[in-house]
Amino acid sequence: MNMPAAPNGPKKLSLKENYALLTRGLGWDTSYEDMDKAFPLDKFEGIRIHDWEKWEDPFRLTMDAYWKYQGEKERKLYAIVDAFQQNNGQFNVVDARYINTLKLFLTGVSPLEYAAHRGFAMAGRNFRGTSARIACQMQAIDELRHAQTQAHTISQYNKFFNGLHDPGHMHDRVWYLSVPKSYFEDAMTAGPFEFVTAISFSFEYVLTNLLFMPFMSGAAYNGDMATVTFGFSAQSDESRHMTLGLEVVKFILEQDPANIPIVQRWLDKWFWRGYRLLGLVSMMMDYMLPRRVMSWAEAWEMYFEQNGGALFNDLARYGIRMPKYHDVASMEKHRLSHEVWGIFYNYTHAAAFHTWVPEQAEMEWLASKYPETFDRLYRPRLEYWRAQQEQGKRFYNPTLPMLCQTCQIPMGFTEPDDPTKICYRESDYRDNKFHFCSDGCKDIFDNEPEKYVQSWLPVHQIYQGNCFRPGVDPTAPGFDPLAEVLLYYGYHVGEDGGEYLDSPDRRNWEQWTGKPAVAT
Amino acid sequence: MQIDIKTQAVTQLRQTFSHVARYLGNDKPASRYQEATYGLQAETNFHYRPLWQPELELYDKRRTQLVMKDWYVLRDPRQFYYGTYTITRARQQESMEKNIDFVERRGLLRNLAPAAVEALVLALVPLRHLEWGANTHNCHVTAYGWGTALTQATMFHTMDRLGLAQHLSRLGLLLDGNTGESLAQAKALWLNHPAWQGLRRVTEKMLVTQDCMEVFFAQNLVLDGLLYPLLQNHIEPHCAAEHGPAISLLMDFLPQWFDETSRWVDAVTKACVAESAANHDLVAGWLAQWGALVNDALEPYAGMVLGEKGPQAVKAVEAILEARVGKLGITLDRAVA
Ligand SMILES: [Fe+2]
Ligand SMILES: [Fe+2]
Repeated sequence: MNMPAAPNGPKKLSLKENYALLTRGLGWDTSYEDMDKAFPLDKFEGIRIHDWEKWEDPFRLTMDAYWKYQGEKERKLYAIVDAFQQNNGQFNVVDARYINTLKLFLTGVSPLEYAAHRGFAMAGRNFRGTSARIACQMQAIDELRHAQTQAHTISQYNKFFNGLHDPGHMHDRVWYLSVPKSYFEDAMTAGPFEFVTAISFSFEYVLTNLLFMPFMSGAAYNGDMATVTFGFSAQSDESRHMTLGLEVVKFILEQDPANIPIVQRWLDKWFWRGYRLLGLVSMMMDYMLPRRVMSWAEAWEMYFEQNGGALFNDLARYGIRMPKYHDVASMEKHRLSHEVWGIFYNYTHAAAFHTWVPEQAEMEWLASKYPETFDRLYRPRLEYWRAQQEQGKRFYNPTLPMLCQTCQIPMGFTEPDDPTKICYRESDYRDNKFHFCSDGCKDIFDNEPEKYVQSWLPVHQIYQGNCFRPGVDPTAPGFDPLAEVLLYYGYHVGEDGGEYLDSPDRRNWEQWTGKPAVAT
Repeated sequence: MQIDIKTQAVTQLRQTFSHVARYLGNDKPASRYQEATYGLQAETNFHYRPLWQPELELYDKRRTQLVMKDWYVLRDPRQFYYGTYTITRARQQESMEKNIDFVERRGLLRNLAPAAVEALVLALVPLRHLEWGANTHNCHVTAYGWGTALTQATMFHTMDRLGLAQHLSRLGLLLDGNTGESLAQAKALWLNHPAWQGLRRVTEKMLVTQDCMEVFFAQNLVLDGLLYPLLQNHIEPHCAAEHGPAISLLMDFLPQWFDETSRWVDAVTKACVAESAANHDLVAGWLAQWGALVNDALEPYAGMVLGEKGPQAVKAVEAILEARVGKLGITLDRAVA
């Protein structure tokens, strides 16, 4: 049968028109139920929205196109992951020290991908604007993708290396993982506007390059093709998320001048929260990657001081200024990674990854990247540790550190103007004293003390006896509380943590690949 | 890439993650579905109470009255994780696209008589708003439910419902030649036409329902369990008979999607009610309560489209849902008693 073509063709639609027609009018103002009861959570933060229609859809993606693009990306990604597994690609990395960056990533970052998935589902439920809900839902499902593809990719490494075997369990319990966990839970327990400002803008837009670039380029430099693959595949989602971040903040600022001080306070808070979290990345870049991409200081200069500076110049017309204490972060850039690595070198027996003293050539690299600080302040300590180790006395710190009430990192950071003096700040609240690593963390506490008195501080929890497995008897003779804590964490003691050179990972690596434990 | 290793000397340390091994009972090779599901959601040591609900934790099993010892028994028989979900939907979309192209190229819908266009807009296009409601309800479960087994599937369902809302919008655009008039009409119908008000009222009631599992059952089992068979067995055949078969090419996707997703809804329902008599009675109670509301909502809608055959059609789909939940282990009498 040959039917004639239609005489009057349909109107041609641009992508934008098509998206608008398919999507924008879907929502309606409820009348059988009160709109404020249907969407009860998008007003309590004090953000005033007068016209949700002003929301510009940051990515005009209909579901049919979404399924098509994403399905195609998944087909390619899993083909590569399959090939990687068949070819034992996990042994192609430079040396087994590199795997420790994956341990940090899988236990510290992947659970945040999952948390982002659920956080954006909350925002995707709670905004009354249709387009805002859709944008958040799209990010919610993307973040689930990231959590799952990371688990599937790193799964192969888990079969051959230690420290990767129990990421979710560890994320809920381990002392340094409370840093990323509390960061994200802080955002999720806030209202929907603060959540998207914190995660979409402050994190995804302002700081994400400082997280993903180091991990993904680090993977590429160090022969980890699996991580490179999921990283690049996630990159196209990431660019959508960054667009959402900027749109959210501009939309809120344009709606009402009363929103400006609220947003500024959030930007101050979430800049400092995010920056402290990135301390973990700084040590990864400068110490954990056997083949280094760039130094933390260089990354900070490029991605924050230059790019971030331009962005905040742009926002000045809304009455927004640079986040408070950005200058402190820049003052710290020549010491941050060294201080953090020092902390983990001390406590690596209680961590699920290994630490080590850098090789001579690596110290030369550090000296060249940090000419003002490394040789003077940090090399002597590393050489001392090396000498101790050679005498069979590898240093482990047997005490428990004091933690910052806000960022939860051990109090090892130094005064902004004196890198030889530990920085202590404190606040009194309801007859208790609370301790902070910095003015930034103290300010955050002082603005919302009711929130931060609740912090589940791992060291406090250990001392209170809350970090033992169920059924364990702390009064039994010979009970060793710290050994028991490691079991509570789910560690395989003697495998997951401690000095790299003494580790089963190192022995297996040499035996299985015939390659040196430390690549030269 | 081939690498030079003495493979015979390599002893794999473990088969899967410890949390998966704990769930499976021992360390054995796990599927991608299992590694993408178990242990993903945080379970303990939450830092701060939500500002928006300080009486509960960030994730909290008490956001529903339903009680499960193990929420991870609510597995998805389709074993969808993100990769398999998107690949499956992309494939289905491809065949759907062919139907749409065909209808579009031939102008099969936009060249219908104005009265037929109007009848089809009235009968079908306002459903896009109902689907948008279903999207939000499933997003609610994704946000506040417990455990990735359930909440990842509701995430996929959330996006499915947005996809269906957009699909129904395209149907409107095929009818109006891309002017968007049909969509404006449909919104007015959804907001004001008496035949649609029952369904809007039910949808809005779900928006103010807090219990996340109640929302799950109200939308995915009760409303869909009645509406989709009505569409498939009565509305669509009626529309095709009255206005030509082109509409069936567009509606074809809905029953296929409903059959596939019902397998998952059934598995969740079965596991929930098998857990305890209390759960059974709770679900049966929700079924009775929402069933009555949906019934009241469907009668005017079915009556408007099907005329005097409306009441009979509603009775027929009620029988279908009753038989379905019976097979899942739900006795409706027991709840009422
Ligand atoms: Fe992500
Ligand atoms: Fe701090």
